[in-house]
Amino acid sequence: MNEITKDLLREISEWDGSFKGAYNIRENGQCAGRVSSKNIKIESKKDQPGLEIFIAPGTKDETVSIPACVTQGGVDDLVYNDFFVGENADVTIVAGCGIHTETGEPARHNGIHRFFLGKGSHVKYLEKHVGKGHGTGIRSIDPVTDAELEENAVLEMDTAQIGGVDKTIRTTNAKLGAGAKLYIRERILTEKEQTAQTEFHVEMNGKDSGVDLISRSVARDNSHQSYHSVIVGNAPCTGHSECDAIISENGKVDAAPELHARDNDAALIHEAAIGKIAGEQILKLRTLGMTEEEAETTIIDGFLT
Amino acid sequence: MLRLENISWNTPEGVGVLRNLNLTVPDGKLVVITGPNGGGKTTLAKIIAGIYRQDSGKIYLNDTDITDVDITERAKAGISFAFQQPVRFKGITVRKLIELAAGEQMPLSKVCDIMSKVGLCAEEYIDREVNSTLSGGEIKRIEIATVLARHSVLTVFDEPEAGIDLWSFTSLIKTFEDMRKNINGSIVIISHQERILKIADEIVVVANGSIQAQGKPEDMMKVLTENNAITGKCYKQEALF
Ligand SMILES: Nc1ncnc2c1ncn2[C@@H]1O[C@H](COP(=O)(O)OP(=O)(O)OP(=O)(O)O)[C@@H](O)[C@H]1O
Ligand SMILES: [Mg+2]
Repeated sequence: MNEITKDLLREISEWDGSFKGAYNIRENGQCAGRVSSKNIKIESKKDQPGLEIFIAPGTKDETVSIPACVTQGGVDDLVYNDFFVGENADVTIVAGCGIHTETGEPARHNGIHRFFLGKGSHVKYLEKHVGKGHGTGIRSIDPVTDAELEENAVLEMDTAQIGGVDKTIRTTNAKLGAGAKLYIRERILTEKEQTAQTEFHVEMNGKDSGVDLISRSVARDNSHQSYHSVIVGNAPCTGHSECDAIISENGKVDAAPELHARDNDAALIHEAAIGKIAGEQILKLRTLGMTEEEAETTIIDGFLT
Repeated sequence: MLRLENISWNTPEGVGVLRNLNLTVPDGKLVVITGPNGGGKTTLAKIIAGIYRQDSGKIYLNDTDITDVDITERAKAGISFAFQQPVRFKGITVRKLIELAAGEQMPLSKVCDIMSKVGLCAEEYIDREVNSTLSGGEIKRIEIATVLARHSVLTVFDEPEAGIDLWSFTSLIKTFEDMRKNINGSIVIISHQERILKIADEIVVVANGSIQAQGKPEDMMKVLTENNAITGKCYKQEALF
């Protein structure tokens, strides 16, 4: 494992020289270390690049980390990871991605993750994306997440990409069974000429299923973000999505939320707000002794935490 | 000491709001400004804080001319302002905001001290975001707490009583009285409340953009209740709930 990978691992995961629990480290498309645990088995896929991760029913309080790092230009990494989460398991999955390039060549990671959550299981999914290095090569991260939640399964997704990535297309699809809950917290900051595109497609098919999707983003400089969410209520269910964006300089944000109620007892809400930092907020912080720039940074940092 | 000389301010549309206003707030004194709605009190406070720039006139803080000093520098010089309508911040916690105000990280005990002065139990609030889920009275008290956390030589409170329940109001009055006892600077409170007017060293009535009357509470209370012609109905007798 090279030094750049180690630096990236520290940023995107809990790595401190080692991992707690099962893990697989992917470095420039190769496996740079793997450990399974009694309850969490990690195996290579036979037909495609990627992993199959089996989490035994009833597994409690365990973590599995599957960070992916691209440490040089000219790498275009594509990986398919499938997670099979057994009934009533309660686990944390840490799936960060770091991209570093010092050259003019592009570097890309495209992770296609499928989650199959068994009845009553609970997964906390943490995903942090970073881009590093001085190279001019385009750093792209294009994650696709497909999740199927069986009865009463709960998936909490917490994703963050705070600058550094030039181009990203993030796609999340989910199908929810009865009583299943999906919570998504997404935070994105783009700057310079970066672009970020987010697509959510959530289908609530079972009675009393629910989704809560909160996206906070900041578009600075000449960056451009677009947000598109589709929430479909095919059963008595609750859906809420909230897209809050701050634009500064020439930042641009498009937000297109869609709600589709296909059942009389589907209750769906969307809130969206795009705008620059409220002038009053800057004034208040200045009356506490901050400069205008300090106030802006404080407001944006707070907004994205 | 704060001195305002001949301050005038017009709205962007050119309507006169403050007209040649003169006011001195001596060291260690508590001055309460009252007057009818729309009379220019908040405008005056914003001019003191540097949020509005006067069209003419001069401002001195301890004999230093701060007329052209901006908001940030006035804050650094020790001017604090508690907004009539507090600002909310998504993602910033109560503790963080108080620490930003104090300019340092704080042990829990210190945050508790400040919060208790505004009648809030720190443990219930410090991790909450200063967002729209806070009630009107809660955000108002947090706003006051941010100002109490600072090291000020002049503090301006704009209607601190607004939205605060009667029980907390009593402890708020005590906080102001303690502040006055312990300050080496000055306090300005904009208020319509009799109980706040009564603890003033001096009451100033602002109406129509200038000072209409000024004096000690014992003399002024009479003027305020009797002379409706000058002041309009500009303060409330103690309301029950
Ligand atoms: N930025 C502004 N643009 C236009 N008009 C303004 C502006 N700021 C204040 N005003 C006007 O100036 C007048 C004085 O307002 P100000 O807020 O100072 O009153 P106040 O004495 O604080 O009243 P209240 O007791 O209701 O708080 C009002 O008529 C108000 O509408
Ligand atoms: Mg006012």
